[in-house]
Amino acid sequence: MPDQRLNFDVLVVGAGPAGIAAACIAAENRRTVAVVDNSPWLGGQIWRGIQTKTRGGTARHWLDRLQNSDVQIFSSATIFASPSANQLLAETPDGVLEFKWKKLVLATGARELFLPFPGWTLPGVMGPGGLHAMAKSGWPVAEKKVVIAGSGPLLLAVADGLKKEGARVSLVAEQANWSEVMRFGLSLLRHPRKLIQGVGIKSRIIGVPYHFGCWPVRANGSSQVESVTLTDGSRSWTVDCDYLACGFHLVPNLELPRLLGCAVSNGYVSVNEFQLTSVPDVFCAGEPTGIGGVDCALIEGQVAGWVAVEAPDYARKLFGLRADWHRFRASLHQAFALRPELRRLATPNTYVCRCEDVRLEDLSNCKSWRDTKLNTRCGMGSCQGRICGAAAEFLFGWKNDSVRPPLFPVRASSLAGKTDALPEITAEPNISSPT
Amino acid sequence: MPDRVTLFINGKPISVPVGSIVAAAVARSYPSCFHHSVHQETRSPLCGMGACFECCVTINGSPHRRSCLTLCEEGMEVLTGA
Amino acid sequence: MNPTFDIIIVGAGIVGAACAAECARAGLKVLVLDRGPVAGGTTGAGMGHIVVMDDSEAQFALTRYSRRLWHELRPDLPASAEYDQCGTLWVAADEQEMAEVRRKEKYYNQRGVRAEVLDARAVAAAEPNLRRNLAGGLRVVDDGVIYPPCAARYLIESAIAWKAQLRTGADVRALLREGGVVMADGSRFSAGIVVNAAGPWSPALIPGLPVRKRKGHLVITDRYPGQIHHQIIELGYLKSAHSVGTDSVAFNVQCRKTGQILIGSSRQYNEEGTEINHEILERMLQRAFEYMPGLAKLTVTRCWTGHRAATPDKLPLIGPVPDNEKIWLATGHEGLGITTSLATGKLLTDLLLERPTEISAEPYAPARLLQTNESAPEPCLTA
Repeated sequence: MPDQRLNFDVLVVGAGPAGIAAACIAAENRRTVAVVDNSPWLGGQIWRGIQTKTRGGTARHWLDRLQNSDVQIFSSATIFASPSANQLLAETPDGVLEFKWKKLVLATGARELFLPFPGWTLPGVMGPGGLHAMAKSGWPVAEKKVVIAGSGPLLLAVADGLKKEGARVSLVAEQANWSEVMRFGLSLLRHPRKLIQGVGIKSRIIGVPYHFGCWPVRANGSSQVESVTLTDGSRSWTVDCDYLACGFHLVPNLELPRLLGCAVSNGYVSVNEFQLTSVPDVFCAGEPTGIGGVDCALIEGQVAGWVAVEAPDYARKLFGLRADWHRFRASLHQAFALRPELRRLATPNTYVCRCEDVRLEDLSNCKSWRDTKLNTRCGMGSCQGRICGAAAEFLFGWKNDSVRPPLFPVRASSLAGKTDALPEITAEPNISSPT
Repeated sequence: MPDRVTLFINGKPISVPVGSIVAAAVARSYPSCFHHSVHQETRSPLCGMGACFECCVTINGSPHRRSCLTLCEEGMEVLTGA
Repeated sequence: MNPTFDIIIVGAGIVGAACAAECARAGLKVLVLDRGPVAGGTTGAGMGHIVVMDDSEAQFALTRYSRRLWHELRPDLPASAEYDQCGTLWVAADEQEMAEVRRKEKYYNQRGVRAEVLDARAVAAAEPNLRRNLAGGLRVVDDGVIYPPCAARYLIESAIAWKAQLRTGADVRALLREGGVVMADGSRFSAGIVVNAAGPWSPALIPGLPVRKRKGHLVITDRYPGQIHHQIIELGYLKSAHSVGTDSVAFNVQCRKTGQILIGSSRQYNEEGTEINHEILERMLQRAFEYMPGLAKLTVTRCWTGHRAATPDKLPLIGPVPDNEKIWLATGHEGLGITTSLATGKLLTDLLLERPTEISAEPYAPARLLQTNESAPEPCLTA
């Protein structure tokens, strides 16, 4: 028995911009709505920390709307299984929640793509978005030298954000070439708000070198990262740092959509104009349908919300704006495409799977993701292949389509549909505290 | 409403602002080692958002807890280095 | 032009691999074909136990023989095969089961397999994390566990070292009456004899073959070294394995070399899909918690399913199909494929070369289940 059985008209998974938008629309149209998120916060990755901001702005607007609505929020609740139709189980620190829903909005967001290179497992090497998010929650960055590398406009946003937290950002190394990024920059002219954002960021980070066409080849250090060696393909140079924030753009969180049977194409959840997936009554909005950023996610979340409350005409009003953002999304995708040199950064000794310490050379006889799991322990650790699987897909083209519960590691009792309460037997547990 | 929280990292008290994650508290006391890899190398958070599990520590006796997704609470006992 | 082989083995699971190794070592020209990777089927999904079981005399003889072969192979196995002679602890929940324990102890010892009865206190000392108030148990010290995919890979590599050939990603569509196989792409390989070692998929090549899929679930935890010392099985396991009709669960745990705990087991017929069945998964886990309550608090990293190849009489099919000496079987091992793979390889090779077998191969002869009459199952044959 789960601790609580909860029924909602509309269940939203993910409390980022897309999820918040969908939830607000649904609640404002008199549906019972819940938002479930595996973190303690609202806002997903991009709006981490909005709860403590008091200034206006889009994020604040939506958060206020959410908090003024009757949406029930379940934080620190990790969805891990769907035992039957219209049912989801979530694990909390104290037990298990069972959700039953009539309409489901999947707004599970994205995570950063990490590619292996020598030294990437050193403490202090982190994702840019991850470092920024953690910095907003107290991770020490003040006076720390940070090199930001990898790909995507996120790198600039992180440079800006970290500077605001007192970090000393020494450079941003973007692997895409100047010409590609410039073309993308020009396309921002069609998206005035993004341009203003971009210009705003640029003005604050004047003085931080922004290099194009270069990427890290090695993180150096003994017990933690001390410097990073970068290359532009012809020359290499080394920059000292306390942190190396390196991520190669984003990959969508597809595990829950796949578990529910949603069709996926070209690596994203397929949705129709109403943000409906191939599974009846299941919507998807935001990054899992295509990495488009916060504005795109907000529109898509609203479309899903309107359709979920059976008011498609209101959704249609947003189609024009959404089309604009989808054009932005497409140019984003093109501008920051990853260069082939990134496939050759790892040496035979470099770990590809961090959870199980599987090296590149251990994978030399493997021809598929399935092969890998049979012959090595790659993908069999706690991250369930999230980190190494995405890397392997980029490095070798291996697709990993199979998803099984639990979607995250959970207590055995949760998987058995119970709380930690013991079954009715005579004895006491005498398992010693595991290390 | 207090604006700081005191918790214990490997037995040593550390005071952090309210709203800090356990990972931040660990970083402020032991910068590098959250846990050890299979080959006993020290590891520290990578993704900062609950996907990589490199931030795992033992919190109040429960192991394998993601410290990047856990808020510090008064009196919490955190053990690292597993 | 495809070469002629002495033996084609369809299926590169642990049974096919063991057969390949023995045949190749005996000097036969062997080709192994599998539509997936080595050990990609049942072998990759199962618990790797090496255990002597006494559901019948024939099962006991086969598992005892094969276990001895594992002991002999042990020094040659790579570390990745994770061979661990941890022993099996059969646990009895009540006096009725203790009577069964005592019967087993006599039975095993009479047949040269070391087994000792443990009382309640001794069981608690042997496995402190089992619940208290169990009645006792039987420890079979020479049993062990292994990591099946790496063991299968080792056997295939041994076969290759003896000049066998392996093709993975090779989908066999039909068996040829005159000896050989037809592939999905229409190409053919000719051979003196074809061995169907395709486990739960054997009936696809020989319709009507009395092999049914029996689905199982397994759960693996994060690393918790030192919690479990033996492979632990409840006595009810035998009832579960023996049952024909219903879905059943039985407590069975083993500790991997990584310190991860593997929790099983479940059995279902008529479940063709590989998806997790939550109802039986929950039953399986709850059964496990009854024996080892502390499991409830452990973190589970992964669950998966697999299909065993089950025959009506719980014994595998090893030997030629009646009326066609060119088609042989090495399949139907249910939950004992890992254990009995080596003996299967030996028996098969001895029968092929008309050498004396170390144990009688009669009980496993396909003829016992395949009648030579009009309703006989015909292999998927083409001229």
